[in-house]
Amino acid sequence: MAFTNDEVLAGLSELITDETGIDGSAVALEKSFTDDLDIDSISMMTIVVNAEEKFGVTIPDDEVKNLKTVGDAVNFIVAGQA
Amino acid sequence: MTKRIVVTGIGATSAIGGTAPENWTNLLAGMSGGRTLEHEWVEELQLPVTFAAEAIVRPEEVLARPVAKRLDPSSQFALIAAMEAWEDAGSPDVDPERLGVDFATGIGGVWTLLDAWDTLREKGPRRVMPMTVPMLMPNSAAGNLSLHFTARAFARTVASACASSTESLVNAYEHLQSGLADVVIAGGTESAIHPITIASFASMQALSRRNDDPATASRPYSEDRDGFVMGEGAAVLILETEEHAKARGAKIYAELVGGGVTADAFHITANAPEGAARAVTLALEAAGRTPDEITHINAHATSTPVGDPNEYAALKSVIGDRVHDIPVSATKASTGHLLGGTGALEAIFTILAIQNRVAPPTINLTTQDPDIPLLVSGDAQPLGEGPQLAISNSFGFGGHNAVAAFASYED
Repeated sequence: MAFTNDEVLAGLSELITDETGIDGSAVALEKSFTDDLDIDSISMMTIVVNAEEKFGVTIPDDEVKNLKTVGDAVNFIVAGQA
Repeated sequence: MTKRIVVTGIGATSAIGGTAPENWTNLLAGMSGGRTLEHEWVEELQLPVTFAAEAIVRPEEVLARPVAKRLDPSSQFALIAAMEAWEDAGSPDVDPERLGVDFATGIGGVWTLLDAWDTLREKGPRRVMPMTVPMLMPNSAAGNLSLHFTARAFARTVASACASSTESLVNAYEHLQSGLADVVIAGGTESAIHPITIASFASMQALSRRNDDPATASRPYSEDRDGFVMGEGAAVLILETEEHAKARGAKIYAELVGGGVTADAFHITANAPEGAARAVTLALEAAGRTPDEITHINAHATSTPVGDPNEYAALKSVIGDRVHDIPVSATKASTGHLLGGTGALEAIFTILAIQNRVAPPTINLTTQDPDIPLLVSGDAQPLGEGPQLAISNSFGFGGHNAVAAFASYED
């Protein structure tokens, strides 16, 4: 069963909170991982690895740099579900 | 001119306490940290030893989750003990370039390493977390302490097995003496109660097998001692030049008057009394003191059949017959053996012993081994009036010997 946009956003929000301590309410589609959420590259990769596991998708390393905002990541994950 | 180095803060977490004062209170009360391990892996892997002295305060209960998940448990313990010590020292205002870290671990991030190995084999390389190496590296605790306290003079790591954190204190002493820093965060940590270390230590017949009686399993100097008990935790001392401490009006626990480090070149695991004796002598020489002045000894005393009498031989060779009149404490009977954390924890006990003029009890003494006629007791022993000079000994696999000498602080 595929995850919906809302489910992916909620799940991603949990992973971000777990990794960084940022309150889940601060995580929204338009937020930039680096500029708004202050997530460094190691945290970003940790979130990516956990998201792959959680949502059963593959996020290639080359793709990670294109995921500027939370919305980019949600869209990629939703589209990536087989 | 030789500087005077003082202790201005202490912090500790172990099987008998989550803070330094709690460790001391429970040590005096005769508490044992030895308990049956409740982990599934004990039965699943049919471990020959089913107990250890696990820390009573779990780091994840103290540290925020985002902080904890970036640290191996060994670094988590280190951070907790260091935060306590730093606050105890009055959170000193130090020029970052004059603040150093001398830290130690015996084994490093064994949990992180082996968890990652399991993940790699079960799920493939993509699931291995990016923080794996920075968490498992042996300098992780030192690096993280440097980061947390903005210590920029240096952040050095020593790994000399069970001698590690006494050696880190000696290193801190030397670094302060040579003017590299005004304040040093010094100590050691270990979180290695892991099936692989239990299996290995058991395989070499180093661990006690008293599975039916974990609380009395660590019994240094008893005739029926049968090995050490694995412990875990961390201990941290804030060491400072007297000048710096006085300028800021810090409270002073004791003076670190000297330290000695030697190597045996004898055997990779067995120790040689001669190397240990030289370490005691070097510590006293650095302190400008004589063996006749020693009033208390916190012995390494791991409760192994061979190690305990070897340490006695070393002490007797340096101190002579008077060694039989000096109150000795073998506190691993209570705490288990914290490996890379043990020397710093015992240093804290040594400091509190001379400050309170009481040698803490050595619990679990059944029949004292007649071949080790040291002055030990299941009860606390008074240290008497007058200036105190105490030594804390640590010896490690690899033939490492480290001794720190502390004295009551006299203005």
